[in-house]
Amino acid sequence: MPLIKIKKNSTLSEADVTDERLFASRRLFLKTGMCATSVGALAAYLPHLAQAGIENFADRIAGAPRTREIPDETLNSWNQITEYNNFYELGVNKDDPHRNARQLRTDPWSVEVSGECNRPGTLSLDDLLQPHAFEERIYRLRCVEAWSMVIPWIGFSLSELLARFEPNGNAKYVAFETLYNRSAPLSGQRTRVLEWPYREGLRMDEAMHPLTMVVTGLYGRPLPNQNGAPLRIVVPWKYGFKSIKSVVKIRFSQTQPQTSWSMSAPQEYGFYSNVNPLVKHPRWSQATERRIGEFFRRDTLMFNGYEEEVASLYSGMDLVKNY
Amino acid sequence: MQLVAPSSQARLGLRILLHLLCLVPAAILLANTLRGQLGINPVETLLHTAGVSSLRILLLCLAVTPLMRLLGAPWLAGYRRLLGDWAFFYVCLHLGIYLLFDAAFDPGYMYEDVMQRPYITMGATAFLLLLPLAITSNLWSQRRLGRRWKQLHRLIYAAAVLACIHFIWLVKGFQIEPLVYATVLAILLAVRALYWARNHAN
Repeated sequence: MPLIKIKKNSTLSEADVTDERLFASRRLFLKTGMCATSVGALAAYLPHLAQAGIENFADRIAGAPRTREIPDETLNSWNQITEYNNFYELGVNKDDPHRNARQLRTDPWSVEVSGECNRPGTLSLDDLLQPHAFEERIYRLRCVEAWSMVIPWIGFSLSELLARFEPNGNAKYVAFETLYNRSAPLSGQRTRVLEWPYREGLRMDEAMHPLTMVVTGLYGRPLPNQNGAPLRIVVPWKYGFKSIKSVVKIRFSQTQPQTSWSMSAPQEYGFYSNVNPLVKHPRWSQATERRIGEFFRRDTLMFNGYEEEVASLYSGMDLVKNY
Repeated sequence: MQLVAPSSQARLGLRILLHLLCLVPAAILLANTLRGQLGINPVETLLHTAGVSSLRILLLCLAVTPLMRLLGAPWLAGYRRLLGDWAFFYVCLHLGIYLLFDAAFDPGYMYEDVMQRPYITMGATAFLLLLPLAITSNLWSQRRLGRRWKQLHRLIYAAAVLACIHFIWLVKGFQIEPLVYATVLAILLAVRALYWARNHAN
């Protein structure tokens, strides 16, 4: 069976794909209204040539081959993944990001790369995504609040992107920042639930690990705003808050960067925040989790099930101290 | 200010109205459960709705006495027990959902939660404080215990404080909603403190 067929047979139902609120965007308009037109013809219809690039990305996302599965796991549905989010920039309740998704403007979008590297600069979204081949990978997502999902992300390894900036020998960490426009904050950013902008960071070897992804698509479609459009990082063996959304800044640094939740409650959220059922947490039992779609809790896996691939990153480290 | 005592029919009407009001969250939950409309995480919806409903009714219950004095309407006193019973009903629903879906009746899980998670310690203590109040929430106990009944039922203040802390400590980051309930409780307790100070000054 061709790979593209697999996606059509996924858990998406007719009702799932018709949520107008999410996709009343130009992208979908282009995709549904003009999907048959060539890139050239499309450019003639539109004032900006850049639109051709966007159409191109939608096609590339839709055609991304699946390169990773998880045996014995069922995918969470489109609705579950896009209507139950922690994205405090768009509100603190789980359904707020979905309801407030339109506040987030992702066009135009650029990412500023700075710090310990030979090729810093500011890239447009097009320039950033263009050189990379997209693939679909099924990952588990484990929130520190002890719920979890299984999600078909589309993107590529972060290592490929970072290598383009030629990090130098001083680059020991990578810091990321989410969009924060002080003069026009998103509704959640008007409250002081966290110190804005949202900040995250990884050790260089974690960032360069092949599992760590830049994600720009979901279920064969461009990433919805509430899931961190137009691009986010996904680190599947860490608690969800490490997988920063809507990234606008990447900085290579010699010192360990400050991270938002660790700034907010350092005794609860450490820099590493690896999924670890053995490390106690003062709010939620991390030994078990509720898979969205299930009623009873199941056991949480060490490193969220990625132990074989990532445990060596932390050999010799006390994971209780470095929580 | 002195509110004229209403007729017994009017009081019965108010009693029925309060029962119906307190029934609303449970009715909505039941309807949404039957329709499969509890949202993406049904267990969380049930747990949260039951918990918040109980806190709201508890605060409503604590608002009766200040209202009674403000309006000069001693006949309002009779509604406190009704509201207290409903608050306890939602506490039981809240706890039951936790025991079934989160703890799965595993004593080890519950022990760890109560001992290691401060917000659960607060919630569990609040429940234990409300338990004797619910047991003695009847005329027979009221008569038997006499003055001590009133003393015993002052535990509701402690339970309400713990319930508010339970909610504040549950949420991540600096969130407004639990602080709103805490503020309402603080006002209701402050009003009592004022009345108490005035009575003792004379």
